[in-house]
Amino acid sequence: MSYEPPVIRVENLGKRFRIGQREGYLTLRDTLARAFKTPLGILRKKFLSPISNLPSSVPSPQSSVPGQPSTDGFIWALKNVSFEVKRGEVVGIIGRNGAGKTTLLKILSRITEPTEGYAEVRGRIGSLLEVGTGFHPELTGRENIYLNGAILGMKKKEIDKKFDEIVAFAEIEKFIDTPVKYYSSGMYVRLAFAVAAHLEPEILLVDEVLAVGDAAFQKKCLGKMGDVANEGRTVLFVSHNMGAVENLCPKVFLLDAGELIRQGKPQSIINYYLETLLPSTIEGTPLSERKDRSGNGKIRLTSFHIEDTEGNKLVAARSGMDVVFVFGFRCLDREKPKNVDIGFSISSGNDQILFVLYGSYTGQVFETVPLFGVFRCYVSRLPLSPGRYRVGARVTVGREEADFPRNGVGYLDVEAGDFYGTGSMGFDGLTPFLVTGKWEVREYTSVIKQKW
Amino acid sequence: MVWQEEKTPVIVIKPRPGFALKLKELWEYRELFYFFIWRDIKVRYKQTVIGAAWAVIQPFFTMVVFSIFFGKLAKIPSENLPYPIFAYSALVPWTYFANSLSNATDTMVAHQRVITKVYFPRLILPVSAVLSGLLDFAIAFGVLILMMLFYGIHPTSNIVYLPFFLFLTIATALAVGFWTSAANAIYRDVRYVVPFLIQFWLFASPIAYPSSLVPEKWRVLYGLNPMAGVIEGFRWALLGKAPPPGPMLIVSIIIVALMLIGGILYFRRMEGTIADVI
Repeated sequence: MSYEPPVIRVENLGKRFRIGQREGYLTLRDTLARAFKTPLGILRKKFLSPISNLPSSVPSPQSSVPGQPSTDGFIWALKNVSFEVKRGEVVGIIGRNGAGKTTLLKILSRITEPTEGYAEVRGRIGSLLEVGTGFHPELTGRENIYLNGAILGMKKKEIDKKFDEIVAFAEIEKFIDTPVKYYSSGMYVRLAFAVAAHLEPEILLVDEVLAVGDAAFQKKCLGKMGDVANEGRTVLFVSHNMGAVENLCPKVFLLDAGELIRQGKPQSIINYYLETLLPSTIEGTPLSERKDRSGNGKIRLTSFHIEDTEGNKLVAARSGMDVVFVFGFRCLDREKPKNVDIGFSISSGNDQILFVLYGSYTGQVFETVPLFGVFRCYVSRLPLSPGRYRVGARVTVGREEADFPRNGVGYLDVEAGDFYGTGSMGFDGLTPFLVTGKWEVREYTSVIKQKW
Repeated sequence: MVWQEEKTPVIVIKPRPGFALKLKELWEYRELFYFFIWRDIKVRYKQTVIGAAWAVIQPFFTMVVFSIFFGKLAKIPSENLPYPIFAYSALVPWTYFANSLSNATDTMVAHQRVITKVYFPRLILPVSAVLSGLLDFAIAFGVLILMMLFYGIHPTSNIVYLPFFLFLTIATALAVGFWTSAANAIYRDVRYVVPFLIQFWLFASPIAYPSSLVPEKWRVLYGLNPMAGVIEGFRWALLGKAPPPGPMLIVSIIIVALMLIGGILYFRRMEGTIADVI
């Protein structure tokens, strides 16, 4: 018999959370902390709620819809999901924030149990929902490789065999016997990813962990992912990097509100996702054709999207990642405009402007620009919490307003990311801004001495 | 190619897989076990200035305090043994038990990040927390041997039972630790309850006093505290002079066995959803 059963078979899988359950345990102390957070929580619901308050074609949440809070105090993070994955298939999983992608990976990797349904997995599973899981700061790089490898499910012999390769991949040869607490965040991430990249299970479940490290290292990681895919292993890959999904995954699942709504070839699924579920256009009209604009029209903004530093178009950014804001434009005159300044704004759901950045603020006014091109603004370590933000843009030529689409140029979706480089989610995403700093403690007497 | 069904493990995922001990799976994860224990020991000795000395300081100074207040001042009987060795021989297994229990209680919360990101049998965590304390136990035990030499106490043939009593100590720590570690993941209040419980338990166990102070008819009931059987057993196996624990020990063994099985089942039941609530 040559019939081979599917490597992963999922039938009517569902996961229900009690609302608030994901916030975890309860004690008096936490109740107090919650009392402090609640006003902020209400603020967030009122003003910062992703999607719901935005005037756009995005469907508004309704109760009893999967993935949305229902009246009985439960939320279905995943509902009626069924699919099969054959040996050697590489499947990309895409969907909006909270669509259930991570929950699906967590159930398949047995981190959490489903509420209903059934799944069957044939073979050794390795899951990468985060890099550096279980790293201990007091232990050396060498020790952490073994510990982390074992936690990810590698055998000691396997780690022995790949040890040199891992160290070389991470480029930390000199510091291998230094406790990782002395590592720079870049070294830490490289080592963490290097261990993960050498995991060789039959089935690999990967959440987008690649949005870490510098651009060159990210490229190396994607290359490694490609190798894994080519080796005939079965891979489920959750990502917002549509370029990577298209390149790596011959098959794509689209999740929305906990349900598997489409599956098929990457091109068609990605297009459907971008056009139907994630309309980046305001009022459903392409930016170039909108009439709600002011300015003399010497330059017209025609498009907006974000990219990673490698130039891959992204549908969502992650907190803390390096993002490039790209604004397409064309000049309506034949003459190249002079002294061009472009700025953009990020607003929360209630149209509270969070920040504005013009090129002139940082002394970067373009003496001249091509007739047809893009403005690119590189923002390192995006300091925004998960949510949906409106992006506005305005261009001036010789200090005169050239184009200003009144209702903004598009949306910026931000997903949870490792902003602090420590895995901490900070204040649970309840504040729109993320700021990092260096703490220290000083004795009071020495402070006085210093001053007087 | 013919599909070789039997060679590939099939993992079935469904809600509430029921009460299974899954010992085979634990065996498959034995290396992770080893790494967790190794890490616990390594980190503990790296982070403390005097490292191994802590393993001795805790029981030793408790013994000194007990000897002064209970031995000298309160004149509590000590089964014809010098009071210091009477107390210390109980404090060695007790300290191991108390530290193991408090480490096991905290372990799930301490590994919160790992638990929400990677699968492995969660049972490994409390078990490795309990087993990694064995090194400290061995060091404290070394001091006990020195004290026996100092007091000229020779162990009798009862010593062959010593491993059994050590095993019973481990089993007691696990039996309670399974309950407290799983419960602490859900209700953080547990971590405030456990230190209090340990303190209470210390005085409810025959450490500062012999169990012979407990009236004969209550002694079987006293065995409901499994540490009573463990500690009296320890003294008997090691120092010889103390009377054998008898029926009290049998009650202790039964209690530990019941709590251990209940603890594993409770833990296994919570295991599947612990990542959601921790």
